[in-house]
Amino acid sequence: MKRNISLPPDLQKTWEEIEEYAKGYGLDFFPIIFEVLDYKTLYEVAALGGFPIRYPHWRFGMEYHQLSKGYTYGLSVIYEMVINTDPSYAYLLEGNEMVTQKMVMAHVSAHVDFFKNNMWFAHTNRKMLDEMANHATRIQRLINRYGHEAVEDFIDVCLSLDNLIDYHAPYIKRPGAKTEVPIAGGEDEPPTVEGLKVNRSYMQNYINPPEFLEQQRQKLIEEQDKVRHFPENPQKDILLFLMNYAPLERWQHTILEIIRDEAYYYAPQGMTKIMNEGWASYWHSRIMTERAMTDSEVISFADHHAGVVSTSPGRLNPYKLGLELLRDIEERWDKGKFGKEYEECDDIQAKRNWDRQLGLGRQKLFEVRQLYNDITFIDEFLTPEFIEQQMLFSFEYNSYNNLYEIASREFETIKEKLLFQLTNFGQPYISVENGNHNNRGELYLKHRHEGIDLKLDYANDTMHNLHIIWTRPIHLETVIDEAPHLLTYDGNEFRKQKV
Amino acid sequence: MQRVQRDLNRFRQIVRGQIKKNLRKYMSQGEMIGRQGKRLVSIPLPQIDIPRFRFGSKQAGGVGQGEGEVGDPIARGDPQEGEGQAGSEPGEHIIEVDITLEELAQILGEELELPRIEPKGSKKNIVSEKAKYTRIRRVGPDSLRHFKRTYKEALRRQISSGLYDPHNPVIIPIHDDVRYRSWKETPVPESNAIIIYMMDVSGSMGREQKDLVRNTAFWIETWLRSQYKQIEIRYIVHDAAAKEVDKETFYHIREGGGTRISSAYKLCDKIINERYPPTDWNIYPFHFSDGDNWGDGDTEICLKLLETELLPKSNLFCYGQVRSMYGSGSFLYELQQHFEDDDLLATSEIARHEDIYDAIKSFLGKGK
Repeated sequence: MKRNISLPPDLQKTWEEIEEYAKGYGLDFFPIIFEVLDYKTLYEVAALGGFPIRYPHWRFGMEYHQLSKGYTYGLSVIYEMVINTDPSYAYLLEGNEMVTQKMVMAHVSAHVDFFKNNMWFAHTNRKMLDEMANHATRIQRLINRYGHEAVEDFIDVCLSLDNLIDYHAPYIKRPGAKTEVPIAGGEDEPPTVEGLKVNRSYMQNYINPPEFLEQQRQKLIEEQDKVRHFPENPQKDILLFLMNYAPLERWQHTILEIIRDEAYYYAPQGMTKIMNEGWASYWHSRIMTERAMTDSEVISFADHHAGVVSTSPGRLNPYKLGLELLRDIEERWDKGKFGKEYEECDDIQAKRNWDRQLGLGRQKLFEVRQLYNDITFIDEFLTPEFIEQQMLFSFEYNSYNNLYEIASREFETIKEKLLFQLTNFGQPYISVENGNHNNRGELYLKHRHEGIDLKLDYANDTMHNLHIIWTRPIHLETVIDEAPHLLTYDGNEFRKQKV
Repeated sequence: MQRVQRDLNRFRQIVRGQIKKNLRKYMSQGEMIGRQGKRLVSIPLPQIDIPRFRFGSKQAGGVGQGEGEVGDPIARGDPQEGEGQAGSEPGEHIIEVDITLEELAQILGEELELPRIEPKGSKKNIVSEKAKYTRIRRVGPDSLRHFKRTYKEALRRQISSGLYDPHNPVIIPIHDDVRYRSWKETPVPESNAIIIYMMDVSGSMGREQKDLVRNTAFWIETWLRSQYKQIEIRYIVHDAAAKEVDKETFYHIREGGGTRISSAYKLCDKIINERYPPTDWNIYPFHFSDGDNWGDGDTEICLKLLETELLPKSNLFCYGQVRSMYGSGSFLYELQQHFEDDDLLATSEIARHEDIYDAIKSFLGKGK
């Protein structure tokens, strides 16, 4: 797709203006190429995850169906979309009024600043536009060769596993696997123990007493087991593990790799949703209210902005939470409301009126945008005062009346719940423990249970999909109703047993 | 063609069950009925959820924002509601929207690809008045003033009274000249319909089953209302005996005892014969039961009644079998066996909420 379509002159002028404001505030972004799209094209690109070319798959059709239905029935509007590439591409909806376009441009420039500077994005492929197109070409080639059904079915299988990646993997250097061959070749000979060297045969029983020999033998067996047992340490990047060890055809390997690549590309955006949206909202609000907006645009801007940060009881709006928390940080660092002296102050009144005139807020904000992700962000900056002010609460399901109810307004509880939701994207922690379980090449997975059970029917179906790739029985250790269970799928049937 | 069109077509094929049937089990229709009051409904959007390792949602809870005391309810316990996950994908939740019933029917028709219903026969007895602006009056609002007639009147008056000057043809209408458009009511034959709901209220039908029936009935009514000018609805409940009840009773009555389906069919037939002659009415009997009929030859009586009386009189007879905690009976099977290819009978099994979609489609998809 040719992407050098320039903006209409009026929008181009507006962008130059906004760009200057944004840079004036210290935002540092990749070049941004804006494109004005009609709603059909915009929704198409949105359905394709922001990229104009993706491989064929029904789920993009489903996304498009939902998005365009939402638009047709007036339920939702996409104002803006931007992708993490260098240069960045951002899309504007044709026919939006100028104030909306301005706001979107300001919003987008902050997003791109975040992509460029936040450390969690450091490892993402900034040429993803090309990469996605390559993926599309490769999969199209596979389709031509192996048929639509086969390829799509296998993509479905891989997608079912695409959350089994290690979100921190790009930042950790791990030792390579020591065993390359999954199942040790050759016959398993019982280990023979030589014992220490004995020159005189009558000394044998003294130098190598039977207990000692037995001990040595055990040691050998253990070592052998270790070799058979792989990976040596539990591995969270199950997709990588499958790529390395599963008996895949070449084309299947290609598909799995593509799905994994794309999952890793999108991962940082999931890890920083609250911060990223908060950051963008913070800046569109400042740029608009302090610089870009004309008097006649106030009402429209206020209306749009209110829409962006609106809240509803059952759902947390990441735009709102991020924005408010960033503002809170700015105020605290401007006034010096941090550190030992402030923390240990008992006088509520003094705390409220605390102002050391430090003016460090802006600097702190830029530091936060560089170093934090949602988890560390919430962990470090959420305060009891903030929770009270923002009226946050935690809710729980009450099975007696089939209702979700407000469970607590306590700081600790809410923070814990929030962090839990964010940890691992609110996905269960599952790792490969053993690729040669029972010494029969069976896959043994472990779910690190943290209080919430897996959705069992989904787990079964996912194991079914794993089996398609691994071809040997799949085990999953988990906890159901507070009792440890082992789920097994052997290719024919599921078993659930207590352990 | 749009690039995404290819994916969209593929998705539609999956939804219709034409390809990749294994995926259909992950399909959800979203909640289709309104939550608060009749007017708030959500639009059915088919979604396919690829299975992944994920948490069962009910234990999870989450964090929200807003007013309320500890213990206040914030959402109903639907599995998809109120997960409140920060950073959750768009489209994961049900979309709710204010919408009128007419719009809803239209959307329903589009989504389910329901054909328009062709009313049967001549409905000469049922007429409604339709207004057409074909008459002229001397009084009326200015917005309906008939310029041409007014001009003619004024011209006629001026000529007859000698005020008309051909060299200076100025026509000045006075009050008496002004004419207004007016309407005339013409009788138009209308097709009207009667829905007769019959429900098994024997001991084996629980609250859940009735919920299924109510939801299905809501959608049937919504659709039929969009197709007919006027709809009358009658309600019959039955266990071993049948009686006619009002709507409130229909959905809330709880009877015990056994099931004799023929009792309901007899009553239904009686109502039709007495009040709704098939020559004048489009008749839609719907029967919901768990299919567990008494075994003393009652099923044969039902089949006979259907064959000789009810089916010939109805536009379409629909039977929906819900699954109760005691399983479901064989009545559905008997019907399907007996009326294998009969176009006038539509049957469907409604075991869960998701089945309502299919049920409506099989009931109303025939265009009868």
